[in-house]
Amino acid sequence: MSPPLLDVEGDGQGNVSLMTSASSMESIFQKNAGLTERNYLGLSDCSSVDSSAVSGISDVKRNNLNLKATELRLGLPGSQSPERDPDADLASSESLDEKPLFPLLPSKDGICSGSQKIFVSGNKRGFSDTIDEGKWMFGSSGTDSDTSNVNVKISPGAQPAMIKDATSKVAPQEKTHATFGTNLNKVNASNPPAAKAQVVGWPPVRSFRKNILATNSKTNDEVDGKPGPGALFVKVSMDGAPYLRKVDLRSYTTYQQLSSALEKMFSCFTLGQCGSQGAPGRESLSESKLRDLLHGSEYVLTYEDKDGDWMLVGDVPWDMFIGSCKRLKIMKGSDAIGLAPRAMEKSKNRN
Amino acid sequence: MVDRVDSAGEWTQSSRFPDEVLERVLALIDSHKDRSSVSLVCKDWYNAERWSRRHVFIGNCYSVSPEIVAARFPRIRSVTLKGKPRFSDFNLVPEDWGADVQPWLSAFSTAYPFLEELRLKRMAVSDESLEFLATKFHGFKALSLLSCDGFSTDGLKAIATHCKKLTELDIQENGIDDLGGHWLSCFPESLTSLEILNFASLNSEVSFDALEKLVARCKSLRVLKVNRNISLDQLQKLLSHCPQLTELGTGTFMQELISGPVAEFKNMFSNCRNLITLSGLWDATPFYLPVIYPACASLTFLNLSYATLRSDELANLLSHCKTLRRLWLLDTVGDKGLEAVGSCCPLLEELRVFPADPFDQEILLGVTESGFVSVSRGCPKLRYVLYFCRQMTNAAVATIARNCPDFTHFRLCIMNPGQPDYLTKEPMDEAFGAIVKTCTKLQRLAISGLLTDRTFEYIGKYAKNLETLSVAFAGSSDLGMEYVLQGCQKLRKLEIRDCPFGNAALLSGLTKYESMRSLWMSACNVTMNACRVLAKERPRLNVEVMRDEEGGDDSQAHKVYVYRTVAGPRRDAPPFVLTL
Repeated sequence: MSPPLLDVEGDGQGNVSLMTSASSMESIFQKNAGLTERNYLGLSDCSSVDSSAVSGISDVKRNNLNLKATELRLGLPGSQSPERDPDADLASSESLDEKPLFPLLPSKDGICSGSQKIFVSGNKRGFSDTIDEGKWMFGSSGTDSDTSNVNVKISPGAQPAMIKDATSKVAPQEKTHATFGTNLNKVNASNPPAAKAQVVGWPPVRSFRKNILATNSKTNDEVDGKPGPGALFVKVSMDGAPYLRKVDLRSYTTYQQLSSALEKMFSCFTLGQCGSQGAPGRESLSESKLRDLLHGSEYVLTYEDKDGDWMLVGDVPWDMFIGSCKRLKIMKGSDAIGLAPRAMEKSKNRN
Repeated sequence: MVDRVDSAGEWTQSSRFPDEVLERVLALIDSHKDRSSVSLVCKDWYNAERWSRRHVFIGNCYSVSPEIVAARFPRIRSVTLKGKPRFSDFNLVPEDWGADVQPWLSAFSTAYPFLEELRLKRMAVSDESLEFLATKFHGFKALSLLSCDGFSTDGLKAIATHCKKLTELDIQENGIDDLGGHWLSCFPESLTSLEILNFASLNSEVSFDALEKLVARCKSLRVLKVNRNISLDQLQKLLSHCPQLTELGTGTFMQELISGPVAEFKNMFSNCRNLITLSGLWDATPFYLPVIYPACASLTFLNLSYATLRSDELANLLSHCKTLRRLWLLDTVGDKGLEAVGSCCPLLEELRVFPADPFDQEILLGVTESGFVSVSRGCPKLRYVLYFCRQMTNAAVATIARNCPDFTHFRLCIMNPGQPDYLTKEPMDEAFGAIVKTCTKLQRLAISGLLTDRTFEYIGKYAKNLETLSVAFAGSSDLGMEYVLQGCQKLRKLEIRDCPFGNAALLSGLTKYESMRSLWMSACNVTMNACRVLAKERPRLNVEVMRDEEGGDDSQAHKVYVYRTVAGPRRDAPPFVLTL
């Protein structure tokens, strides 16, 4: 299937985004407005081959840079978006700390759970978008007029392209952007907007503190997300939760175990609620209610597979699942519309 | 007191203090700064001081040579030595930069064969050096290694095997090659003198049997910090042998069978009446945390920076810790957790909040300005703060400064470089302005966020007690650095990265650098020629430039490290370090 349009997390697709001017974006939106399940990425028959190649490149880069590129593919079907040269950009970004002036300045937004939304809508069709959450910043927000190569916007700005109904929401987007503008950091005018690449030695945290979040078995040095005989850590995010957790998939053997563990882990978060500044919502939800919700229609557990597709958890055998799962997300059921059919389609394609 | 000048203007012999008495008196002075002052009074005092000194502190190993130290201080028993510039902790200094401890050990083996203590920070230490230390210094007692690199657990084996009188082995956060836990088994049965054992940062499993026996026979053990591999029931066994501990670092605080009875461990801490410091607590969950509650009432330092606690878990825990003075946390506790800090810990003097996932840019929360403000309201005695956050406002920092005017160390890291006040979009100048204006005792400051020269103007004008300043991604022009160099009389360490300060700024400090320990400037706008000028004008400074590639005469100097020295240029500089 097609590679993700937006890889905000940067856990695989370190491709450089191409920020075109707002107007061309909008025209493209219009063209794609009616498309729901279609791959409008422009890499038309975007097969898994493409996306895995992309993943391959970016996996390498990820280790170097963790570039969270918002990959905005704006090409029409049949055209390839230019600037697919992650190597040059990422490599040059790497040495940015050596440049004397003004290193990378990401246009960072200070929002929190909104980012969870980014992820969701970043991932393609089938999702009802989360624009309503209002954390979106269209390209026309003013910071994207530069066309620097490594113009990566973590902020939702790049993402709207992916969203169906985008055009109809353009206007409200602008408004909500203004409303939530306080949560978004505008790019400092005196610093060029730059890629949100990793800057050497920043933040100033000693390396032994780097991987504290991982729960770990005694003997393994945990390795972030890499499959291997040891632990297999993937990030778990949840709509409305202020931060991600990580789980070791190899410590479970069935979906039921995973589900129980996740329930415990996220039972404290109010589901789906988040304050405008990302303050954690009231932690009022009991475990059982969460379970009900999870098993009910409100929340579903989904995962991103190696191809970058979002699938419902539970469709494939457990071993296949942990072999291909890169990250997990507990998302609202409404956001997961369209996942199931695709999952089935995909496994048919595989078989 | 010592000498009196009589009417003829001559020293009167009879009123001179006998040297022995003077030495006895001066021996009571511990602070090395005081001792430096003492030594400047007159020649007799200089001599008395140097003969009575037992501990020498060398803040920059290249500022002086081992031979000079040995010549001046004949009776040293304890040495503290610091090597690499602090930014080496963040990978800004290449390996093999230097700071090798071996030349020091070689000199000390003849000058101080009775050396007892060695504390190293950011030094390069090899296994051979550790073996040398263990075998050549027969009375050696205490070794502390912090942020060092170049050695492996084999070196620890040598220490454990040969140091018959070892009282302290403190291994913290080093770039150590962990080849296994066998080193611990090398302590002989005859070793009973251990008082401090810290191997919390080592990954490999040690033999629990060996550890338990060691702990059981060392009756004076007061500090024990184990690594993550030690389980809860193993910890319980250890504690039964050493209830006298004052500082404990636990292992993992989770059992695999979560449904196991907590009651088993309920009494684990009930005998530990002297515990004032608690750390470790890896993987702590609300299920097992209550085990430590009995010990909390007397705790003054709680290090939770390895425990991914949430706000409610922290709040429950802190309600038992009313006497805390120092608290280290992960930002997983969130602002709500910090509210609990503010309400439970009125005696708090030090707070450090570390980012749980600092390099993961999709995590957009953690703690914010509101958590910091909450703490400041409840903890007016705060003097040391290290705070990593992703958003901050000028108004919040101003409030914090008003609430806590006694700050001596204020280290604020807004993790996104150059990020402005997220509400007003303005630079964070006023925030740090408020700090330096209000907190007159400020000694150490680390700034971040979007900052113009105005910040530095404030610092230069108001921060009269400032000794250490860390700057990154800040400033608009040379003026910034100039303000600081002109205004901060007591400045000793200045470290700057990625700022637009150039040659004029560098050279504006020409007359100042000799009164400072060191200056670091990387990714700024300084050229080789300016560095050469500085080196030429100030022969008592070492001006070192780290080069990535060959450049022309006036090429950029990417990393500049300037420090005062009486030892002349380094003789062990690697090829990429150019001393001008």
